[in-house]
Amino acid sequence: MLTHPEAAASFNKDEDRVNWHDKSLWFVRNKRDLAVNKIPKWEALRETASQIKFNVLSNLDTYLEEFEGKAKANGIQVHWAVDGDEHNRIVKSILDKHQAKKMVKSKSMLTEECHLNPYLEKHGIEVVDTDLGERIVQLAKEPPSHIVMPAIHKKKEEIDELFQETMGTEPANGDPQYLTNAAREDLREKFLNADVALTGVNFAIADTGGFVVCTNEGNADMGVHLAPVHIACMGMEKLIPKLEHLGVFLRLLARSATGQSITTYSSHFVKPREGQEMHIVIVDNGRTEQLARKDFLNSLKCIRCGACMNTCPIYRRSGGHSYGSVVPGPIGSILSPNTDMKKFSTLPFASTLCGSCSDVCPVKIDIHSQLYKWRQVIMKEHPDKLKKAAMQVNGKVFKYPWLYDFLGGFARKALKIMPKGIIYSKLNAWGKQRDLPEVPETNFKSWYKKNRRNNG
Amino acid sequence: MKVALFIPCYIDQFYPNVGIATLELLEKLGVEVDYPEQQTCCGQPMANSGFECYSKGSYELFVKNFKNYDYIVSPSGSCVYHVRHHFNIIDQSAEVVHIRDKTYELCDFIVNVLGNPQLKASFSKKVGLHQSCHGLRGLRLGQCSERVGEPFSFAESLLKQVEGIELIALGRKDECCGFGGTFAVSEEAISVKMGKDRLADHLEHGVEVLTGGDMSCLMHLGGLVKRGNQPIEVKHIAEILNSSC
Repeated sequence: MLTHPEAAASFNKDEDRVNWHDKSLWFVRNKRDLAVNKIPKWEALRETASQIKFNVLSNLDTYLEEFEGKAKANGIQVHWAVDGDEHNRIVKSILDKHQAKKMVKSKSMLTEECHLNPYLEKHGIEVVDTDLGERIVQLAKEPPSHIVMPAIHKKKEEIDELFQETMGTEPANGDPQYLTNAAREDLREKFLNADVALTGVNFAIADTGGFVVCTNEGNADMGVHLAPVHIACMGMEKLIPKLEHLGVFLRLLARSATGQSITTYSSHFVKPREGQEMHIVIVDNGRTEQLARKDFLNSLKCIRCGACMNTCPIYRRSGGHSYGSVVPGPIGSILSPNTDMKKFSTLPFASTLCGSCSDVCPVKIDIHSQLYKWRQVIMKEHPDKLKKAAMQVNGKVFKYPWLYDFLGGFARKALKIMPKGIIYSKLNAWGKQRDLPEVPETNFKSWYKKNRRNNG
Repeated sequence: MKVALFIPCYIDQFYPNVGIATLELLEKLGVEVDYPEQQTCCGQPMANSGFECYSKGSYELFVKNFKNYDYIVSPSGSCVYHVRHHFNIIDQSAEVVHIRDKTYELCDFIVNVLGNPQLKASFSKKVGLHQSCHGLRGLRLGQCSERVGEPFSFAESLLKQVEGIELIALGRKDECCGFGGTFAVSEEAISVKMGKDRLADHLEHGVEVLTGGDMSCLMHLGGLVKRGNQPIEVKHIAEILNSSC
């Protein structure tokens, strides 16, 4: 796997594409700004949501049991999965029970996290993603590059070509209307023939045992209404205590995600309809471990709106795939190290700590502070030896004023007399595309000693 | 009022004029300023790289140098942010709490401690303000575009006082420039691209002088200006507020 700097540098070889990607996402960020500025008490809404989620995380055990009890009483079958493997086995066992061979699936980052599709495909089950963006990346055999807009990295002309290759469509010059219709027709047949429909869960409500799925395409509903079996998969942090709290989150979610006031469909599922079977799979997969990390537990407040990706100046210019993690961008950079600190060691450093992510976050996760804290943890557990040595030296230099003064003067003199070819050697990453500052005759301290000390 | 000047290490070494402008500006405003000569660095470079353990010496030296002052003023939002928000690994004695509370970014100090006095500066140029992230979102020296609330900016309010100045509105008013400390070299490609994009915004809007409250962002943007021979000057805000040209 490439490190983030390597993948980002590779993405930046095509500057036009970077500009296009940046502008597409900035457009969404702007839409979000327009939408949230229409809510005068937006900041209070964020604070409320943040506190509700903190309450959930602090009492997760009791809310989970309450939810399970209520859901069961409603006739929903509840399953618990400690990790991705168990989640996949549970889903497959439900499919097997019904001798199901075809499954339609609405968007679920959790199933991406558990790698459900390849697991089921390996066992001969046809899995069709029905969210248009998800369908595009599925046909392209790529992972999503964004949690809300999975195919945001693809241009419409590329989707045109992809559809020609995979669905036999006519060349359409990237016409979105034509392409959407083609996908719709193709999916219609899949919906009609599905044995099972799987959905994600946006919010599970502890005091009703019901859950809410938000989509813009109605694809979750289409799947669930047609198939005799509904499986809903949720991370165990998806809970909210009461139905009355839902309004807070629905107001925040779509505005943060895309600048819509609400998703086109916010579908409530409470119990199976007659003749239908409804299952919920509640998944841990590392969440308990994250919950135990005092500095990082707030990351579990995330409602997966993707606003931190749209605003992140690094994400916009490096693309979601550069992160190499299921959830990319700032929130992915604080979630992923929990699962594999070494593999994702460069992610908390893929940030200038500008703080924009924390300020757009609808549940006020202190993302940039957590990036800073992950840096400390990662360099302790998996130190970059070269950097460590350099920082150790820096630490000494700044500890002793005489050493700092001496080396500062030395460095300035060296920079003055060294030939440009040496200063701007390959080792100088700063100087590849930027000049160094001009070296002044004197530093401030010397000037001060000469011009101010004992003069007053 | 005992005020100490904190000149960050890279300003001391590479931008003495910014230190001088800061000092002269404060003196003009009637503040008696001391410059403790044993100062070095706030410790941010090591800490942001994941080695805050090696910053302890810098933190302790900072406290030793500045503990006896009522206020500590610095022409760098980023370093002030570090002192205020990240001096967590040393014992939080009364002295430490005091310096964390009383270390101010220059514009913040002028507006909120000195009470926004008349500057009597003049600078007849088209100026673009780069809102540095650590000042804007870290220290809340202005209203950032992400949050809902009344707009304000300490830097902008001071620049508006300057005679002859024309403040230019930008396409993206507060996007990061991509400096980010060691990020500038560890993520060189993205860092440079972010800087180029910021610069383009200023150039497209006819900015003649790009300014800001953080010399580190300006060092990065200035490096790009120089390499690309761009028709734009880069100046720290202290130099504009102290100017009478």
